[in-house]
Amino acid sequence: MSLFHVLGFCLKIGQLFWMLCCWFLSWFLDADKSPLDPDKTKMKNHNKMCFLWNKISTSGLKIPPSFSHHLFGSVRFGKTFWRKVLVAWVVSWVLISFWTFWCLTSQAMDKRKETLASMCDERARMLQDQFNVSMNHVQAMSILISTFHHSKFPSAIDQRTFSEYTDRTSFERPLTSGVAYAVRVLHSERQEFERQQGWTIRRMEQNPVHKDDYDTEALEPSPVQQEYAPVIFAQDTVSHVISLDMLSGKEDRENVLRARRSGKGVLTAPFPLIKTNRLGVILTFAVYKRDLPSNATPNERIEATNGYLGGVFDIETLVENLLQQLASKQTILVNVYDTTNHSQPISMYGSHVSADGLEHVSPLNFGDPFRKHEMRCRFKQKPPWPVQSMVTSFGILVIALLVAHIFHATLSRIRRAEEDCHKMELLKKKAEAADVAKSQFLATVSHEIRTPMNGVLGMLHMLMDTELDVTQQDYVRTAQASGKALVSLINEVLDQAKIESGKVELEEVRFDLRGILDDVLSLFSGKSQEKGLELAVYISDRVPEMLIGDPGRFRQILTNLMGNSIKFTEKGHIFVTVHLVEELLDSSDVETSSSSSTENTLSGLPVADRKRSWQNFKAFSSNGHRSLALAPSEINLVVSVEDTGVGIPVEAQSRIFTPFMQVGPSISRTHGGTGIGLSISKCLVGLMKGEIGFSSTPKVGSTFTFTVVFANGVHSTERKSELHNNNQPEFEGMNAVLVDHRPARAQVSWYHFQRLGIRVEVVTSVDQALRFMKTYATTVNMILIEQEVWNKEADVFVKDPLVHSPKLFLLANSIDTSVSDTLSNVIDPPVLIVKPLRASMLAATLQRGLGIGKRETPQRKGPPALILRNLLLGRKILIVDDNNVNLRVAAGALKKYGADVVCAESGVKAVSLLKPPHEFDACFMDIQMPEMDGFEATRRIRGMEEEMNNGEALTVEEGKRSRWHLPVLAMTADVIQATHEKCLKCGMDGYVSKPFEAEQLYREVSRFFNSPSDTES
Amino acid sequence: MDAHVAQLQMQYRNYILSLYQQGFLDDQFTELKSLQDDGSPDFVAEVLSLFFDDCVKLVGNMARALDQTGTVDFSQVGANVHQLKGSSSSVGAKRVKGLCINFKELCEAKNYEGCVRCLQQVDIEYKTLKAKLQDMFNLEKQIVQAGGIVPQVDIN
Repeated sequence: MSLFHVLGFCLKIGQLFWMLCCWFLSWFLDADKSPLDPDKTKMKNHNKMCFLWNKISTSGLKIPPSFSHHLFGSVRFGKTFWRKVLVAWVVSWVLISFWTFWCLTSQAMDKRKETLASMCDERARMLQDQFNVSMNHVQAMSILISTFHHSKFPSAIDQRTFSEYTDRTSFERPLTSGVAYAVRVLHSERQEFERQQGWTIRRMEQNPVHKDDYDTEALEPSPVQQEYAPVIFAQDTVSHVISLDMLSGKEDRENVLRARRSGKGVLTAPFPLIKTNRLGVILTFAVYKRDLPSNATPNERIEATNGYLGGVFDIETLVENLLQQLASKQTILVNVYDTTNHSQPISMYGSHVSADGLEHVSPLNFGDPFRKHEMRCRFKQKPPWPVQSMVTSFGILVIALLVAHIFHATLSRIRRAEEDCHKMELLKKKAEAADVAKSQFLATVSHEIRTPMNGVLGMLHMLMDTELDVTQQDYVRTAQASGKALVSLINEVLDQAKIESGKVELEEVRFDLRGILDDVLSLFSGKSQEKGLELAVYISDRVPEMLIGDPGRFRQILTNLMGNSIKFTEKGHIFVTVHLVEELLDSSDVETSSSSSTENTLSGLPVADRKRSWQNFKAFSSNGHRSLALAPSEINLVVSVEDTGVGIPVEAQSRIFTPFMQVGPSISRTHGGTGIGLSISKCLVGLMKGEIGFSSTPKVGSTFTFTVVFANGVHSTERKSELHNNNQPEFEGMNAVLVDHRPARAQVSWYHFQRLGIRVEVVTSVDQALRFMKTYATTVNMILIEQEVWNKEADVFVKDPLVHSPKLFLLANSIDTSVSDTLSNVIDPPVLIVKPLRASMLAATLQRGLGIGKRETPQRKGPPALILRNLLLGRKILIVDDNNVNLRVAAGALKKYGADVVCAESGVKAVSLLKPPHEFDACFMDIQMPEMDGFEATRRIRGMEEEMNNGEALTVEEGKRSRWHLPVLAMTADVIQATHEKCLKCGMDGYVSKPFEAEQLYREVSRFFNSPSDTES
Repeated sequence: MDAHVAQLQMQYRNYILSLYQQGFLDDQFTELKSLQDDGSPDFVAEVLSLFFDDCVKLVGNMARALDQTGTVDFSQVGANVHQLKGSSSSVGAKRVKGLCINFKELCEAKNYEGCVRCLQQVDIEYKTLKAKLQDMFNLEKQIVQAGGIVPQVDIN
């Protein structure tokens, strides 16, 4: 039965656990699901810990001082600390379960004891009550005797009456087995008495005899005594005691004497009864002659004694009878003892079973103060096993252990997660370090390659100057071209590495955007002319003349994009436009209709939809008017490069800005390149707070668009128009007629001529032009004709004499455009203007054509020399070299470019000449010089400048702080030695080879003298 | 008269070409000539005389340095060679420059024998060049005296 209970209980606990586990698991899974906020999870744990902690702390564990820190500060907890907590938890719960067990057990025990006590008391009380009832009746009988036997004469009672009466009233005395009355007979009265009764007084048997052979007659007569107490009346059950002298029995005598002395019922100690030989107790009452007062002395009582009434209590039977009346008599064992003599209690009832501990003692009061009795009760059965408490405590223990296990598992899980996290962090750091190392490696290696490459290139250059036959020349040229390609590739890689490592810092320089675009255009003019492409730039009027930003990087972006366009375009055009973002936002609605028409493009070929290239830009998003929120001095430019090339395949469009990714492997084979340019461009655009995007339709073309933010470089006081025309004043006020049927192209041409201050009237056909001429013949200075128009309608000009007065200019895409034969006989052939149109080129050509502004014809050196001349004209330059010959040659070369040259033969002299404030614009310094070499001299100059700048910083406003910085360029014959790095370290700004190479000289010089208009600033 | 001038001019042209072809001169000399204009009519002559003065001085220096018995100060020789190399490359004295490059290497290798030999070669070379250029100038002078103009010689 109890086994089933246990099983059921176990099942219940199991279910409880399952639920608990599920709950915990779901909790942890939740925690796992949100690994992004580990703090929260940890805090949860902490809360749990906190809760547990409160429990545990009651068991007297000491709080480590760092606990609160652990709890609220660091999320990492001490391993050992939590192990201690765990152990404490387990130990405390083991203790708790034991305590529970003990509690429950003792509770059961108490209950049992209580039951026992109540049962025992109940029995004792019943026994006592019945005894008292019997005793009272015996007492009543004694009064009966005294009334009817002694007070009546002759006596109303004889033996027959007595026995009948007692028999009939025995139900009144349930505990007595019989009553007898003994009368007091003095020795003097013995004979009289014996005669009256007809029998002799006999004394009691000294040795107890068995019931069966008990024979009253066999007893010998009582010896002579002072007094006797022979039984005269007896109940039938004890009739055998008649004539026996009660004083002859030891217990009876004592009892009798005590009874008459006290006047109360007294009890004997239990003793084996005569005849039955069973254990019994005799209750004795004295019967007095008269009614005695309650305070009578014992002697008075003895004197008044008439006889003694005794009741025999056969305890054993009686108790048994009594107990049988009660329920559950089987469950307990009852013993009754006479404990008058404490050391030797006399058992009155009950078997002597070995004691099993639990016993209840109830005192019994049988009305005799002399005698003490008690009832001892014991359970018959041993106490049952405390199954419930065992199961309960075991259950608690199991729960606690499970919780501890879960806790432990959680802890180890957290620890593992932490370890993993730590590991991951380490790995991440390693990976990052590796990435940095990669970039550094790339940078270092690139640099290390570049240095010897410079040597190789220099040597190749020198080799070209030696005596070589045609084949050798070809080899060398190829080698040099390859070397240059390699260097540019290395430069790109270096750039990428620099951008990736965040080392790129943008300059804040004032520059002329239009000039930059002209430069870039001239860079690509050769190629575009070769391919016969239409290359054009259009810059919106609203773009300020001067901007502040990093022109070099801007140029790099543009060069990358245009380089790509040129590379992939075989026919058609490449069109670069620069607008303000606001401009496009305002006009975007208008433009949609016009730009979609194919006819309106530069070359008449269809192009990719320009709008799509910027549709993802933030600045153009629907609420994109935030560009207006820019600081008023910031200029947000949109630059588009549109081409009619092969376009980008759709599948490659997504990875176009990824470094080293190209459209396909075949591209790099056919077109070359590393695929790094666009990635660099994107980075640079990002640095300039802009965005880059593109739209491309395969076979139609691509349009790349990017935005950049520059600061406005035009001071509010300067007039735009003043800046506009300051370098080409000779064309101011001229009028021209442009014949072009393509509005887009006409607009570009118009823009460029208008830059020079020439007012241009655009007409769509030659006829119109002629009509126009007829009206305004005198005011028109020139007629500009697109080559396309010219090819078709050239005859018109030949026929009409009017057109000869103004000069004819032909706008063509390539140099080898020959003026058609029909015109070869004309005296004044039209002047060819080869596109792309650039301000300087246009000005020069117009000057030549119109025969105005007699400028020195440029050297045979080509464009760099021309630009150099522009750059160096009027500059005051100091040349330092210890070698006279070199000095003279260098000075001569620079003078040739129009520079004002001063020579110094030593570093010392140079230093003395170059004390700020500088009167020179630049200094070319030899590196190897006796006494003080170039590096040292530069260092000193920089030192002086620094001093000056610092001193002035106190008085001059912040903006002009780094004002004194004279460009110092190293001159060296030895290309290998001249490490750029070392030059820069000493404060030099660059180096040029000696003897001067126009191209390199230009490259270096152009970095400082950006444009002629910049000189004064 | 004209024929004389033309002949002189032809002679001059051939002479110059031979100088280039024999490796006495290189592009830099052309550059040098191109630097001479109306502003500085004797630019080339000036520079060359400076160069030859330099040569005399430097060769003398080197000879003295190499003449020392016992320890030879190669660094001093090297410095002189470097100077000479710079000068010669500036004027386009190709052979001298080539010798100087060799000389410098020998100097760095502290090859005494080689240095002495090289110095002798340099000495011979610059003197030869000087003589050749002297001839060239004489030719130019003759042309100018004859009323002609010194032709631009395009070596390519």
